[in-house]
Amino acid sequence: MSMTDTKSGGPKYVPKRNWWVTLAYLAVAGYVAYVLSLFDVSGERLAAGLGHGADFIARMIPPNFERYNLLIEGLLESLQIAVIATTAGVILSLPIGFLAARNLMPAWVTWPARAIIVACRSFHPVIVAILFVKAVGFGALAGTLALVVASIGFIAKLFAEAIEEISLKQIEAIRATGAPFASVITFGVLPQVMGRFIGFTSYQLDSNLRNSTMVGIVGAGGIGGTLFAAFQRFDYDFVAAILISIIAVIMVAEGINNVMRKLYR
Amino acid sequence: MNRNVSDPSAFLEKRTWNRFTPLERTSRFLFYFVTLAAIVVSLQTIEIIPEFLLDAPEQIADMFNRMWPPDASYYPSTIHEALMETIHIATVGTLLALILAIPVGVMVAENVTQNKFLNWFARLILVSSRSINSLVWALLFVAIVGPGPLAGALAIAFRSVGFIGKLFGEALEESHKGPIEALEATGAPWFSIMMMGYWPQVLPTFWSVALFRWDINLRESAVLGLVGAGGIGVALSTALELFYWDRVAMVLLSMLVVVALVELVVTQIRKRII
Repeated sequence: MSMTDTKSGGPKYVPKRNWWVTLAYLAVAGYVAYVLSLFDVSGERLAAGLGHGADFIARMIPPNFERYNLLIEGLLESLQIAVIATTAGVILSLPIGFLAARNLMPAWVTWPARAIIVACRSFHPVIVAILFVKAVGFGALAGTLALVVASIGFIAKLFAEAIEEISLKQIEAIRATGAPFASVITFGVLPQVMGRFIGFTSYQLDSNLRNSTMVGIVGAGGIGGTLFAAFQRFDYDFVAAILISIIAVIMVAEGINNVMRKLYR
Repeated sequence: MNRNVSDPSAFLEKRTWNRFTPLERTSRFLFYFVTLAAIVVSLQTIEIIPEFLLDAPEQIADMFNRMWPPDASYYPSTIHEALMETIHIATVGTLLALILAIPVGVMVAENVTQNKFLNWFARLILVSSRSINSLVWALLFVAIVGPGPLAGALAIAFRSVGFIGKLFGEALEESHKGPIEALEATGAPWFSIMMMGYWPQVLPTFWSVALFRWDINLRESAVLGLVGAGGIGVALSTALELFYWDRVAMVLLSMLVVVALVELVVTQIRKRII
């Protein structure tokens, strides 16, 4: 990428080559070539894939909305899972987030609370859903519990971080009046973090809605089970209908979220 | 009209100050109402079988009993290879996503591409990439290229394009105009403006977004195996289907270790380079 100006005959600018960066790019290229050979990617396989892909899309069109009863039932269950999981997750995250804030609590309280948060974050919701399916059986309850765990991992962490960033002046002012601890929380801490808290909640509702359409793949309720079954029976036109409905629901939810954010700005 | 003008409190007492307009108040009230109604309706209609719930503590105890001790011999025989495959899927998928995201990000940035149709088209690509879960992408690619890690890598790539492209496009839109105008004034061609004007400005954001997504992708690629797209999920679902809970525990443990290690590596890279 040297910039030359031959017309004016000025000195030619040639940037110095950074050999370490070049070497890094070469290493990455070598790694990709190695992995592709491992995945046994070849020209003919990709060509066959394109053929399959065309066939696949042809079978998806037109989307088949005939079994709309099944579709609506599954979507409603997904919505229920998302709403309940977000509500329960928020209610549980409030105390855990408080306990994990290092500027309000002593270290022996924050460590266990932080351990809970890390434990909730460490696995993908679908894997947590597998464990809950074993614990409480197939159905919406397992999915709800899995998403509650995911919500705690996310909201409690951000909530604790938000509390750690608050201004301490207002806390000191309230403490100086001799207010008890509960009043310090309600009048000093909460007003400073509530606005952000609503933002986290709406984000998590969005995320829970997306995941609630997926936990069904492992039998934890919602539209995911219907989707997976349709895939396995090669009902690709029904698959297309389900995917279109999921995307529509997610987009509507995103729109509602935007309205809500404006309302609470 | 014998109000005493020199006393302003006579006027001030009459004012009531409201934080919100009536419209804002009504819409807020409506919003609370709708939220509450949604929660109540969901709680009333969701299908929960009480016997299953009562049974839960017993079942959980049973699960942990079967999980302990984890079957360490499963690691060298199966997990190690699957774990490597998961890391490969996540890494190659992220690299492919980076390559795909650059043109889309350039197209979506309104200050770089001054064409409403192209902006809209790029935004459509980004939104559809993000709206479809990586598990669904995996299902689609398993149907197209057959089961295996290739489907997983493609699923990761197509899911990540939306994320990386969106943040890359936003970084482009926020870049300073000064260097760009200076380059334009020299009559530099488009490609030079991109490489010398925009690229150095968005470079840190680009790599930090890439690292962030790589971290997410490692967690996501762990579940792709459940739908047959390769990686550790295959080992997990085999163990689950055969009810080998000690093997399941071993898989989960190894996943935890990898996630922790990756978090460590990512924070170190972030500190040193970006």
